[in-house]
Amino acid sequence: MTDEISPELFAHLVDLAALELSPEEGEYIRRQLNNQLKAINELAAIPLDDDIGITLHGVPYTTGISAPPRPDVWEPYPDPTGILRQAPQTAEQYIVVPDIPHTTLD
Amino acid sequence: MEYCELSAYEIARLVRQRQVKAVDVLESCLKRIAAVDGRPGSLEPGEPQPNDEQSIHAFITLTRERAYARAQAVDQQVAAGKDPGQLAGVPFTVKDIFCVEGTPSTAASRILANFTAPYTATPVARMESAGGIMLGKVNLDEFTYGSSNESSAFQPAPRNPWDPSRVPGGSSGGSTASVAAGEAPLSIGTDTAGSIRQPAAFCGVVGMKPTYGRVSRYGLIAFASSLDCPGPVARNVTDAALMLQTIAGADPHDSTAALVNVPDYVGALAEGVRGMRIGLSPDYFRIVFPNPDTNELEEQPLPQEIRAAVLHAAELLARAGADIVENIPMPNTRYGIPAYFVISRVEAASNLHRFDGVKYGYRTPARLDDLRRMYRQTRNEGFGPQPKLRILMGMYVSAAQYSAQYYNRALKVRTLIRRDFETIFDPAGLHHLHALLTPTTPTTAFPMQAIYGNSVLMQYADQLTVPANHAGIPGISLPAGIATDGLPIGIQLLGPDFSEAALLRIARAYEIASADENWRKAKPLILR
Repeated sequence: MTDEISPELFAHLVDLAALELSPEEGEYIRRQLNNQLKAINELAAIPLDDDIGITLHGVPYTTGISAPPRPDVWEPYPDPTGILRQAPQTAEQYIVVPDIPHTTLD
Repeated sequence: MEYCELSAYEIARLVRQRQVKAVDVLESCLKRIAAVDGRPGSLEPGEPQPNDEQSIHAFITLTRERAYARAQAVDQQVAAGKDPGQLAGVPFTVKDIFCVEGTPSTAASRILANFTAPYTATPVARMESAGGIMLGKVNLDEFTYGSSNESSAFQPAPRNPWDPSRVPGGSSGGSTASVAAGEAPLSIGTDTAGSIRQPAAFCGVVGMKPTYGRVSRYGLIAFASSLDCPGPVARNVTDAALMLQTIAGADPHDSTAALVNVPDYVGALAEGVRGMRIGLSPDYFRIVFPNPDTNELEEQPLPQEIRAAVLHAAELLARAGADIVENIPMPNTRYGIPAYFVISRVEAASNLHRFDGVKYGYRTPARLDDLRRMYRQTRNEGFGPQPKLRILMGMYVSAAQYSAQYYNRALKVRTLIRRDFETIFDPAGLHHLHALLTPTTPTTAFPMQAIYGNSVLMQYADQLTVPANHAGIPGISLPAGIATDGLPIGIQLLGPDFSEAALLRIARAYEIASADENWRKAKPLILR
C-alpha cells in the first residue's frame, strides 16, 4: 500500500514546519505519521449527518459562565528587563536575530 | 508513621493546630526524596548509574531553599496566631509544564531547558496562597506528549514506585510517582487525553481531571488548548477534594476559566451515594489496539482483572445505596483516539510555533547569518521526536486541501462523543445518570521501553480517558486493586459538566466501602 505521506510531501511539510531532520529521524517520523493516519482514517467510515456541527470546546461557553472581555487598556509590564533577559541575544533593549534574507515575491 | 506519609488533610490540620511544624513535614519529605528519588532528570545524564533502575527520578528541579523559606513563613504565621490557609504546611510537587516565577520551567524539553519563568501559574499560586509548600518541579513527557514519561529530554525518566522496571504512565508521571512514593502528598498535573488519570491508575493514586474551565490554565505551557486541564494528584479522595477546592475557580488571567461557583467539595464527601445512578457501558469494556506487525486496529476484550475491579466497585457502590444501571450505550468511544490524533496535533502545532530561538528558550549555538536557517536549526536541536511528530501531523491534517477530510471531520466526531455523554447524563433523559463507572486504562503499567517508539500503540493507552477530554467533562481515577503482576488497577468515574462534587462523593463512598480490602495494605515496591 502506498504511503499517504510520500517522501516528497514529507519534505515539503518539514520545510513549512521550520524543521530540519536527519535522514534517519525523518524516515522514522514519516513512518509514524503514516501509521497514525491509518488510525485517523477510522474517522472516514463514520456517517456524519449534515446537521452535525463542529465542537471546538467540549463545554459550551454560555454568557452565564464566561468572563466578559477585559477592557482594552494598555498596562505596563512591571519588569520588562526580566522578559528581555530570557532572550538569547539582545542589544540596547532590542532582541537581536540574524538577517532576514531578501525574498523576491512572485 | 513518618510525616511524609500523612495525608494533606492531616498535615494541614496538625500544622494549623500547632501540633507539627511545617519545617518538620518538609524535612520528612526531603528525606524521603533523598532515599528514593535518585538523581534528577538532566539533559546530560551520561552513562547509566548502578542505582538508576531502583530509583523513581520524579524530579527535574528540587526547590529546597524556596521550600524552606515558605515552610518557615507558615510556621511563623501559625506562631503569630494567623491561619496560613487550608493547605498549611502541605508539601506538593508541580509538573514542570507550569510556570513558577524564578524557577526553571522546562516542559521537559531542551528548547525550554534554560527558561526561567517570570510569573507563576494560577493553580500553583493558589496552592501557595493556601499555605502549600512547593518542593519542586517534576518530570513529564516532553511538552506532555506521551503516556510513559520516556520522551522527556531530562533523563533518567521517572519510574513506577510499584515496580521501577515499569513506566509510571504519563504525561503526569513525575507527579503520580512522587505522590505514590511518599515524596509529597499532593501534586499538580495536567490532563489532555488522560495525562492525570492514566498515570494515577498506573501508580495507585487518585487523579482528577476537572471540567474544562474549572481550573485556570494561566501559566500552563500549552499543548492542546481546547483539551488541557490542570488537576489534582493525591493519595486519597479527601486530599484530591481539598486540592481541587484550592485551585478551582474563575481567573481574570484566563477567559476560559468558567464563572462557576466552587462548592464545598470536602464538606460534601460524606453525603454518600444513596439514590445516585451510576452507569456501566459495554463500550468501555472493549478495547482497541493496533496490531504491532500490521498496524491494523483490532478489538480486544478488557483484561479480566481490570474488568473484575470495575464490576466489584459497582457492587460495593450498589451496597452503599447507588443504583447501578447496565448496558449504557457509548457508541462513539472508540473514535476518541482517532479524533484526538487530529485535534490535538493541530492545536499542538499551532502552540509550538512560538518556540523559535528568538524571544526565550534555546537558540542553536551555530553562528548563522540567515534567520530562517536559525529557526530550523534551533527547532531541530531543541525539539525531540514527539514534538516534531505533532507539529508535522498538525500541519498536514489542517492544510487547506486536507482539513475537511481530517480536521473538520474530527471536530464533528467530537460533537458525537460529547452527545454520548449529554444523552446519558440528561436529567430528563432515559438514563439520567449521575456518573459512568469505567476502567481507567486498558492495561496495568507496561515495562519501560516496551512501547516507546510506537506512537500509535502509545496513544491507545489513553483510549478510555480521552473521551472525557473531547467532551470537556470531569473524570477521576481511583486505585481499585492490585493485579497479579503486582501493579495497581485504576477505575474511573465520569460525570456531567461541573459535577466534581458528585464524583468525589462517589469516589469517597467507594474508598470507604473498600477500606478493609487486603490490596489496600500493599505498598509500592520502592517503600518495602
